[in-house]
Amino acid sequence: MDQDKKHSKISRRKFIKGIGGGVVGGAVLLHNLPVLSESAIEPAGAGLEQKYPLIFKVNAKTVRVLVESSATLADVLRDQLQLTGTKIVCNHGECGGCTVLLNGKAVYSCMMLALDAAGSEVTTIEGLLNGEEINPLQQAFIEKDGMQCGFCTPGQIMAAQALLSKNPHPSRAEVMTGMSGNLCRCAAYPKIVDSVLAAAETHLK
Amino acid sequence: MKKTFNLVGKPVIRQDGYSKVTGKARFADDINYPDQLFGVMVRLPIAHARIKKIDFSEIENHPSVITICTAGDISGSNISGIIKQDQPVFCDQKIVTPGDVVAMLVGEDEELLRQLAGKVKYEIEPLPALTDPRKALDSDAVLIHPESKSNLIVHYPLRKGDIERGFSQSDHIVEQTYTTQLIEHGYIEPETVIAIPLAADRSVKIIGSIQNPFTARRIVAQALDLPLTRVRVEQAELGGSFGGKDDTMDILSARAAVAALKTGRPVKIRYRREESVLESYKRHPYILHYKVGFSREGKIKAMKIDILADGGAYASMSPFVTWRSVAQATGPYEVENVCTDVRAVYTNNPYTGAMRGFGSPQPIFAQESIMDEIANQLGKTPDEIRWINCLHSGSITATGQKLEKHDVNLIKVLDTAVQKTNFSRQWQACKDKNKSILPFIQKTHASQADKSLLLESEDLVAPDLLLRKGIGLALSYRGCSLGAEGIDAAAAYLSVQPDGSLYLVSGLAENGQGMRTTFSIIAAETLGLSVEDIHYLELDTGIVPDSGPTVASRSTLMGGGAVKIAAEIVRDRLQKFLCDFWKLNKQDVLCFEKNKVFSESDPQKTLRFSEVCQLAYRKGVCLAAIGWYPGPKVDWDESVGQGAAYFTYVYGCQVAEVTVNLGTGEVYVDRVVAVHDPGKVINLLGAQGQVYGGVTQGAGYGLWEEISSADGFIRELNFDQIFIPTSKDVGEIVPVFVEGDDQHGPWGAKSLGEPTLELTAAAIANAVRNAVGVRFFNLPLNLEEIVLKRKLKPGGLKRGSAV
Repeated sequence: MDQDKKHSKISRRKFIKGIGGGVVGGAVLLHNLPVLSESAIEPAGAGLEQKYPLIFKVNAKTVRVLVESSATLADVLRDQLQLTGTKIVCNHGECGGCTVLLNGKAVYSCMMLALDAAGSEVTTIEGLLNGEEINPLQQAFIEKDGMQCGFCTPGQIMAAQALLSKNPHPSRAEVMTGMSGNLCRCAAYPKIVDSVLAAAETHLK
Repeated sequence: MKKTFNLVGKPVIRQDGYSKVTGKARFADDINYPDQLFGVMVRLPIAHARIKKIDFSEIENHPSVITICTAGDISGSNISGIIKQDQPVFCDQKIVTPGDVVAMLVGEDEELLRQLAGKVKYEIEPLPALTDPRKALDSDAVLIHPESKSNLIVHYPLRKGDIERGFSQSDHIVEQTYTTQLIEHGYIEPETVIAIPLAADRSVKIIGSIQNPFTARRIVAQALDLPLTRVRVEQAELGGSFGGKDDTMDILSARAAVAALKTGRPVKIRYRREESVLESYKRHPYILHYKVGFSREGKIKAMKIDILADGGAYASMSPFVTWRSVAQATGPYEVENVCTDVRAVYTNNPYTGAMRGFGSPQPIFAQESIMDEIANQLGKTPDEIRWINCLHSGSITATGQKLEKHDVNLIKVLDTAVQKTNFSRQWQACKDKNKSILPFIQKTHASQADKSLLLESEDLVAPDLLLRKGIGLALSYRGCSLGAEGIDAAAAYLSVQPDGSLYLVSGLAENGQGMRTTFSIIAAETLGLSVEDIHYLELDTGIVPDSGPTVASRSTLMGGGAVKIAAEIVRDRLQKFLCDFWKLNKQDVLCFEKNKVFSESDPQKTLRFSEVCQLAYRKGVCLAAIGWYPGPKVDWDESVGQGAAYFTYVYGCQVAEVTVNLGTGEVYVDRVVAVHDPGKVINLLGAQGQVYGGVTQGAGYGLWEEISSADGFIRELNFDQIFIPTSKDVGEIVPVFVEGDDQHGPWGAKSLGEPTLELTAAAIANAVRNAVGVRFFNLPLNLEEIVLKRKLKPGGLKRGSAV
């Protein structure tokens, strides 16, 4: 993923932590461990957090939801909108599993506050479907076997979608670099790169 | 044996492709139940302590806490373990590693529960933390599990020939110590499980990211004191496992089940990455001491091997992991005199268990490094030294087993790899070049050791000379399936419907490797159908016999064998029915091809497969069958480590080409040629995927990955610090398959998943040696290892952007 994207994530993460919300669950839990016996940590309004209306477009439909200020975009997509194709893997902006498009640009939805998406247009993996019909990029991932377990696949495809919209005819090296922000532990990388290149070629025809 | 195939060996797209590219695949955390609760763990921040009191008073009346589960809620056995029973579902006596869980808070608001978990008070008696496995067997070592009376988990001796005579017959002896590191599986999907109480008969259904549903069922039933039939485990789509979603998931399933029965509501547990890394088991770090005697011609005369494995806090799979090590520690070489001792010990470190490779990557790194050292010492090339010693048909292995009744393709994979890479010439050329740089490296390593950075002017090297090329190879044999580890059999259930479509499911589990597609190909090939005719069912312990675990690269061999048998049973019934129907001789052979059935002798007699099924169904022919594939007998004498360890073997050779930057210490993997004999390739796409994945994971193991811990606490808890390879980190990977005949497995198909991983780190290490002229003994070969020849482990400090 490009550098500026990562930088913006770090400040977001600090912001989330700053307001003391429980969103960074695992991280907060571990952070607390050494002081478990102390009762010093008292998150403000735990469980009673104020909710705010969020209006944004998701997969071309206008959506209105009430969200906590600390909720990430990934949480809202998965838990409130049941768009479970977006995966939370590291919740830390490191792996790309939660990649969605925000106004056409790839973002890590685990590192973005949902309220920051107000007025924006979000596309998730579910948004690439036209009825039951898959798009050429998804088709290429099937044909080139660009996956194994498939858990990182929605994130890979969304990152590839953004890459191809920015650079419709990338070289192999450009694809490898462009996709390097999305971890795949099964390491289907050569086939993921093949899939993206094949999709670019389909586009050419 | 069938000569031509319609599907086997061809590239077949995976059956689950559509669901995975659309985000519709149902992973465990995508499944929710109405009225569902969450379970959140309570841990104590210590590696070793006796628990005196856990005090929930501050939170137990909190309206969001519906219940708190502890050891007291376990009606059956609180102590679990697949081999050795030593791991509590909830700790109530001792904490032996920081991942340990003392209680689980259950309620609706997961985030709030995570905060409340920090308010649990406790009284403990801290005990000294044992973190150095080399001290685990000292007489004054603190006991991790006092009931075991020693920190020894297991000791396997292997004695063959006369080791002293072997050394006395040797012209040269090389003696070296190698170490390997702790690493995390890093499956992309963190652990998730849901337990649903079924009130009607006090039973429970479990759905989760579970690698081995039958093992999970056993552990849950044991904890709840229920018959196995009252626990039904369904596997959700699994987001990677690599051996890692076994013990941890079994225990998580038990915790969720206890809470579900206690509250009468579905209970979900889902881990965040940090919690997953903290609690789950890892790959064993090994300390390997090898002493090898050989003749001046290069023939190995004797090998004395001492291996110490850090099992961490619980035994887990250590007894089986180290058993594979003892069987394979000499590598694929004929050695007359062998004396091997492998020990696994308890420490307060994170516990270690099954991980892809399973006790083979560690000894392969040591043994293949030593083979190259011997070659260097004798002025031979690495392929020459292996030629002299490698196993062939009729050879006797270190365990005294004669290799027979299958193609022993070791020399064939070696030759193929050597030819494809022009190995000997490249290796010699790089070796000649590295002579000029060697004094520089030796000097920097020496100066690093005494922490002085001053170099003489004649030590300076032009920057472009710092980029060194090298090539290295590694060779292995691998026993297929479980071997003498345990009972080895697998089942498949196949049910043909009256329209000719069919259900298929095996007792083994899809872990993302493409097993469902492979099994569908096997069924389709046998019945002359296409893969689309087969509907692969979700694995559920209620619908198919227990087939043992999905481990040891045994799925295609064992489960695939069972699928073929099931399909053959149905085909034979249809054949018999049609012979009657067409009034043919019983000896007449019918062909099942391209969705048709026809008689070879009388081409007029042809029917579509669907028509045959319709007819047979109406005549009351049973069109469903269970195929059962039992592994052949193996035998093992544990006192001397002798016997037929495995019923068959696979062979592999990988060649790595690297560039080493001596300035930064970075090793670039330019190309890996991976030559494997998996017996028979069933799905070419799946087989290639296994090679890409195994090689990349093997490169990560060789170069970057390491979980370090201070006083038992893991420093690297997320992917900002655990460096798993990205799409840019490994160069070209070239899979090459050499097929060999075997009487076992479907059409001789055996194993591939693990062989692809076990060789890569060793091949890279040998390539680095070739590039720079220096041997590195400690994995991973990261920047500091190359530049400083030592590891930088800041005491207690976190690396990277700590949370």
